[in-house]
This record gives sequence, C-alpha cells and structure tokens, in this order.
Amino acid sequence: MTSVETLLNVEAIRQDFPVLHQEVKPGVPLVYLDNAASSQKPTQVIEAVSEFYRKHYANVHRGIHKLSEESTEAYEGARAKTATFINAASRREIVFTRNATESVNLVAQAWGRANLMPGDVIVLTEMEHHANIVPWQLIAKERGAEVRYVPVTDDGLLDLSGLDTLLSGPVKMVAATHMSNVLGTVNALEGLVQAAHDVGALVFVDGAQSVSHKPVDVQALDADFLAFSGHKMCGPSGIGVLYGKRELLEAMPPFLAGGDMIKRVTLEGAEWNDVPWKFEAGTPAIAQAVGLGAAVDYLTRVGMDRIYAYEQVLLGYALERLEEVPGGAGAWARPVQEGRGGGLHAGGMHPHDIAELLNDRGVAVRAGHHCAMPLHQRFNLVATTRASFYLYNTREEVDRLIEALYYAKSVFAF
Amino acid sequence: MDMYRELILDHYQNRRNWGLVEDPDIDYEEDNPLCGDHLHLTVRLDDARRVVAVGWEGEGCAISQASASMLGEAMVGKTLDELKHFSKDDILEMLGIPISPVRLKCALLSLKILKAGAYGLTGWPGEEDE
Ligand SMILES: Cc1ncc(COP(=O)(O)O)c(C=O)c1O
Repeated sequence: MTSVETLLNVEAIRQDFPVLHQEVKPGVPLVYLDNAASSQKPTQVIEAVSEFYRKHYANVHRGIHKLSEESTEAYEGARAKTATFINAASRREIVFTRNATESVNLVAQAWGRANLMPGDVIVLTEMEHHANIVPWQLIAKERGAEVRYVPVTDDGLLDLSGLDTLLSGPVKMVAATHMSNVLGTVNALEGLVQAAHDVGALVFVDGAQSVSHKPVDVQALDADFLAFSGHKMCGPSGIGVLYGKRELLEAMPPFLAGGDMIKRVTLEGAEWNDVPWKFEAGTPAIAQAVGLGAAVDYLTRVGMDRIYAYEQVLLGYALERLEEVPGGAGAWARPVQEGRGGGLHAGGMHPHDIAELLNDRGVAVRAGHHCAMPLHQRFNLVATTRASFYLYNTREEVDRLIEALYYAKSVFAF
Repeated sequence: MDMYRELILDHYQNRRNWGLVEDPDIDYEEDNPLCGDHLHLTVRLDDARRVVAVGWEGEGCAISQASASMLGEAMVGKTLDELKHFSKDDILEMLGIPISPVRLKCALLSLKILKAGAYGLTGWPGEEDE
C-alpha cells in the first residue's frame, strides 16, 4: 500500500509555510485550497528574498562594484536553476518575464509580427486559459490569420480525432495547455507536438499549471516554447518564465525595447543584445527572480515526482469523499484524466454562494469562470467552484472541505 | 451565516416579479463578467411616468437574485425620477446584511441595471461615487 505519508512528509512541509498556520476567525483554521490561482510561500523563499535585499541588492548587468556583481550573479544564478528545473538545454533559453501571461504575449507579438501572414493558421484548444487565447486572437486579427480550436470531449479531454483537418493548410503555431486550470486535465502533448511539427508548425505550451505540479522536461516534450509563473510554484509574484528553443529566440525580433536589451545604440538604430537579454528590456524583477530560484531549490529538494504522486493520492481521496455528498461526485466534480483539481458545480447553488459558505468554515476556494469562459460555455456552465491542492494540503483538509460542503447544502436546503 | 439570512433565501427561492413584461418602457440587460451573472429588467410606466409593472429574469448567486427581487418590489408605484434616485444604501438596507467588498458587485448588479435602464446609458451620473 502506498501510504500518503511515505510519499511526502507533509507535516514537516507545512511547517515551512507560515501563512497556513492561522485562523480565518476564532476557532476556524484556514484550509487553503486556491492553489491553482496562486500558491503560498515557504520560509526558504521568504528568507532568500529578504536576505537578498538585506545584503546583496543592486541593479544587474550594469555597475562595476561589489553589490552589482553579487546581484547579477544571484539573478543569473536563478536563471541557471530554472533552466535545470525544466531541463532546458541552456540557461540562454530562459527569458524572465512578469508572468505566464506576459510570456504568451511576448511570443504572440514578437514572433507573430515577424512570421504570421494573412491566411496563416493558429491552432488553440477549447480548454485554454484566457492568457493563452486572447494574445493569439489579437495578433491573428492584426495579421489577418485564422484561429482554430481543438475541441474538448464530454470527459474533459482534448478531442484529437479531427486533428488532421485542424492541422491542414498554413498552420504556423499550435498553442495548448499542459494542464487545465479548470478541469485539472493533464494533456499528454507528445502526439500533438509531433503532429504539429510534422506540418511545420511551432508548439507553444502553457505550463502555468503543470510546471508547479509535475516534473516537466522541455527537451523530452520537444516544446518550442513553454510559459509559466513563479507565483504558482512557491515563488514570488512578478516573475514569470518564457522558455524558448535558442534558435527560435535568436531569430525573433524583440518584444519590448529599452535598456539592457541592446548591444549598441546609435541615433539611426540599435543592435540587439544576445538572447535571452534581448527580451529583458529595462530593470528586471531581480529579487523576485532570486525568490524563484529559491522556490526551484525547494521544490527540487522535495521532489516534483513525489509532489505529483502525493497530489494524485490526495485528489483520489477527495473524489472518493465527494462521492458521499448528496448528488455524488458526478454532481460535484468533472471527471479528469489524471489531473489534480476538480471543478465543483452543484445544481441549485451558485458557485459564489458555495465559496462564500465554505469561507465561513475557513475553506478557501475559487468561484467564477477562472479565466476560461470558452471552456465553461463548452459545458453550459456559467461558473464553477474550484478546490485545488498543493504539496502542503492534507487528508484532514479534504475532510474539512467535505464538512463545509455539507454545511453549505444545509443552508440551501429549501 | 448572516449573509444567508432567511429573507434572502426566501427571495432567492421565490423571486418576485419573475418574467419579462410586455411592451416595456425600460428594457435593459447586462452581465457581470466576473461571475457570469446575468440580469434582464423590464419596466412598464403609466402616463404619469409611474411604474405599473416590473418584470425581470436572470441567473446568479443568492445575493444578486435576492437583491433584484427586493429592488423589483420596491420599484412598483415609483416615478421614473424616483427610480433614478435609488441608491447603494437603499439596496444594502433592503438586504439587511453585511456585504463584503467582493460581493458588492453581486448585490449591486440589479441597481446598475435599473440605473442604466432609467437613464438610457450604460452608466449613470455619479456612478463612481456609489
Ligand atoms: C493554465 C493557465 N495559464 C495561464 C495562467 C496565467 O498565469 P498568470 O496570471 O500568472 O500570468 C494561469 C493562471 O491563472 C493558468 O492557470
């Protein structure tokens, strides 16, 4: 038997997260289940950021003085750690951005403006976060390109049966999420990547949810681009990552322009810096990058494979317990392939009301469309209530969620 | 929980003035994109510009639906001018519960739609102060 406790020492992990140890009101401890929106931070990350500010902070890449050198080393060190974390071939393939959203916009704009011609095709999926839809719609409109969508099955999986048709014609880019932030579905993208490459299209992977929860190897995946955010993986907000294959990054024009992204500027023009700095105009989020490096160290020490395995067990337990709640798991959670968060939706109760009543019992979940309106439309839902787990959540917290659901149902028992 | 006191649940369960009126003088609908709530309000006025019938339909949480139901009841018999003077405080008083900042949008969706309909605008003078 795989006992949950042998996978992770969750009690020890919880001690690393100060914010978890609080009551939302007297006698009601916090149960934080809004991890898909953002994760909490361990002491190791909080300390790394404040140590950096206390001892080493200065601007990067500029000053010839001790602090600037230390700061640059810490910033570039975080880049190297991030590269190793996703098995990039080189740290030069890691561009620091503000968040996953900016990473998508960077490629949509910089690559799109240079490469999309009228009539070209971008293929997305129906289960994307708005961050991986709207930037592509914008550039498609600007360049006269067409956007197509891979449909989603009733089971919440990508429907690849019509892929040949979707990939016919001048398809230049396929952008898909690695893990849905609503369904929890993990997309095994290998087939899609292969098919896209076979027709000469590039593949952009939205890793905002996957990189924080499972081991991701960009070389094995053969993704051309991968986007993710520091704040969803125990790191600070304000720092995100764009991974890109080096030859693609080198061929792309810059996104934002200014200082740090040039080699030489004359009154007539400028010569771009090398990658990845070509894409990092202006003073970057230095301390946030250092914090991301500390988060990567933390997650690596715990082990991404263990985190993923543990969350699977926790999810299984949650689905089993949900089965007991009147209506059954079918009414509460959509089936998912092997993901981690279930979208909860109960007939007769609006997700906002569920979330409000769960909050009354200390349980923090998210209600709304989770920036995935097309996906909700696909399932004829206006909104859902989402409970999403991370490495510090426990079975007891799942029990608290279930108890709170019973409470919510009792309030609405007309 | 206070927020779900009986009166609110009663209005949520039995929404007053449910269903649209025919030949409305005011007809306005809108979504709250944050939660996907939807409200459609219709009002018929008499020759003295006084409300003779209110009808509405919508979808949303208990707070937004109860507030629409209560506001609809309060509108009957009022003049167009009086409709324009309904305020945020009137709604909160009718609901009679503390509303957290995030739920304020839910509570005020009906007011927003009434104002927009009454003024014939997507907003109304003084909206920012509400
Ligand atoms: C699947 C997915 N993609 C993209 C994003 C956008 O992330 P961020 O808001 O950090 O840019 C999110 C975050 O909600 C997400 O869940």
